[in-house]
Amino acid sequence: MTTAREEILRRIRAALADVPSDEQPEHVSVERGFNRASDAARSEIVDLFVERVTEYQATAHRVSETDLPQAIAAACASRGVRRLVVPADVPDKWMPEGAAHGIELLRDGPGRELAVDELNASDAALTGCALGIAQTGSIVLDSGPAQGRRAITLVPDCHLCVMREDQIVGIMPEAITHLGDAVRARRPITVISGPSATVDIEFQRVKGVHGPRTLEVFVVAATPAASSA
Amino acid sequence: MKTDAFSPGPTPTFQSSAKQTLRDTQMRRNLAKATRTIRERRAARVQELPDWPELQEAGRALKERVMRHLDTYLVQLEESVQRAGGHVHWARDAHEANAIVAQLVRDHGGREVIKVKSLTTEEIKLNEALEEAGITAFETDLAALIVQLAGETASHILVPAIHKNRAEIRELFMRKLGVRDLSDEPSELAAAARRYLRQKFLSTPIAISGANFAVAETGTLSVFESEGNGRMCLTLPNVLISVMGIEKVIPTWQDFEVFMQLLPRSSTGERMNPYTSLWTGVTPGDGPQEFHLILLDNGRTRALSDQRGRQALYCIRCSACMNVCPVYERVGGFAYNSVYPGPIGSIVTPLMVGIGNVPTLPYASSLCGACYEVCPVKINIPQVLIHLRGRAVDHKRTHTLVGRATPEAAGMALIGYMFADRERFERAQRLAQRGQWPLVHGGTISSLPGPLGGWSAMRDLRPVPKQSFRDWWRART
Repeated sequence: MTTAREEILRRIRAALADVPSDEQPEHVSVERGFNRASDAARSEIVDLFVERVTEYQATAHRVSETDLPQAIAAACASRGVRRLVVPADVPDKWMPEGAAHGIELLRDGPGRELAVDELNASDAALTGCALGIAQTGSIVLDSGPAQGRRAITLVPDCHLCVMREDQIVGIMPEAITHLGDAVRARRPITVISGPSATVDIEFQRVKGVHGPRTLEVFVVAATPAASSA
Repeated sequence: MKTDAFSPGPTPTFQSSAKQTLRDTQMRRNLAKATRTIRERRAARVQELPDWPELQEAGRALKERVMRHLDTYLVQLEESVQRAGGHVHWARDAHEANAIVAQLVRDHGGREVIKVKSLTTEEIKLNEALEEAGITAFETDLAALIVQLAGETASHILVPAIHKNRAEIRELFMRKLGVRDLSDEPSELAAAARRYLRQKFLSTPIAISGANFAVAETGTLSVFESEGNGRMCLTLPNVLISVMGIEKVIPTWQDFEVFMQLLPRSSTGERMNPYTSLWTGVTPGDGPQEFHLILLDNGRTRALSDQRGRQALYCIRCSACMNVCPVYERVGGFAYNSVYPGPIGSIVTPLMVGIGNVPTLPYASSLCGACYEVCPVKINIPQVLIHLRGRAVDHKRTHTLVGRATPEAAGMALIGYMFADRERFERAQRLAQRGQWPLVHGGTISSLPGPLGGWSAMRDLRPVPKQSFRDWWRART
């Protein structure tokens, strides 16, 4: 008895009888004549990212590294965040003074994974990211440093995301190139463009169905030390 | 070759279904409003990219490369997924795919599954098959949920409930979800769906998805979505089963630089859809720890064997062709009697199920060409429609006894005979000039006698002029 696999491959080869048997995939030419890198200046790229994120009804804050903890604390206060989920490897220097602001930090990491109900009972998640894409106002998570596993940025209703200016690329092809290593290491990738939304009712975009309904991005200016690294 | 048709029993003709759907004026109003909004938004987002034509061409070329070497890429994809800890299954048809899914769910002792909206699983009627196996499938996409609660089928591939307006949805939710005090504000309706599905997401151990693209090189699958229901299904359960048509494979990871630009802008008219999930097999400590990929044929190899129709398999299911189609905008998705409506459905359905089963679909078009213009992977839909009309006529001639003897066939033979010879043609013209007067009213012929009446029911004809061009030319010299 032939297996489904053998049968489907046989059907494909029969259907492609017109393709010369010595033709290789590369023989079908693919012209990549589109833009593959942005020629905009760094400052323009950062400005564009902030503008485009905001157009999705997300909030963008431009802060210095020193002011970051205060900015995060202020965002938590204005959103009424009391239980904040963070990946175990989130840098301490991002942290608002927890006790002073009455925020309980819930650390999630390998060997100490929060139950899904704990995530559901939390108010927000704070993470870093892999990349920002200026052209589309997107945030990319690739399970790298300070990002944690996918569930923590999904179940809480608010996502606070820290992004360094030098993590922002101009256009999509640059982002795809940057992510190649993460993909080859089989790390899951999530591209986030604004808060959860739907257009299913009369094609009107409304915020929020199942993912976080609030998205705040903290764009941290590169410090001289960071830019020389 | 046995291929499951999309719907059992003889499919009604497009013309008879369209006559019915055209009577639904509420549906037509809802549809006109929604398609106009999407068209405008798409146009704005496409104009923003100066290199759109180059992206389209690259998308087309990549798809052409895949189709001409589909066997190579599928075997490569299988190896990559297995290497990344996933399991790969192959299904010749809908029945086989559904049986694999049902068996996998049973093996895990599951009675319930959550689903990401997927056209492929609609095509194979997976929910119905699971129900027969005693398994309940919960649709989690807002529009798919609306359609499921209403006991209907989708009428648009991107916005399945496009035929319903907010008041109708409010009424449905109050009735089916037991919600009281619900307004018809879209945000409040969305919040009601969030509350209804929350516990399902947090507790259901098995999810089923489709896939927008799968990368042969790395084994990476992708789902493009907006609401976060996709992320929920792809992240929280222990077991993930993805059903994918064999044509969805792309060669390399880098190729996403093309498709991640083409799909969102063409589809929802956004720079990027809110959430795009990309996963490669199984990741320890993150997401489902068991992953199954089902590669589905179900007529795709039949479409592949049609050299001119093959390009229909390039489709990335963006739905731009539907939103610009003057025929779709008026008749709606139900008139096509297929999971794939609109211009792309009019070619992909006959190519997959066989032209003999749906001979009227290639006629569901005015051949205006708007669909070809917007297609992100440059599928020449009008060209394939004409090709399939030819195949429909050939099929009728060779496969039915009356095929040769229809008035249409006789008429075409007569016209062919007249047009083949100048003298015969001019004699016929003169005959018409003298004999047409009983049919001409106010300078047009609006109805023809006998079997020709069907043709003139929707069209007016200009009478044969008193002097033909040839007569005028001869008189002039």
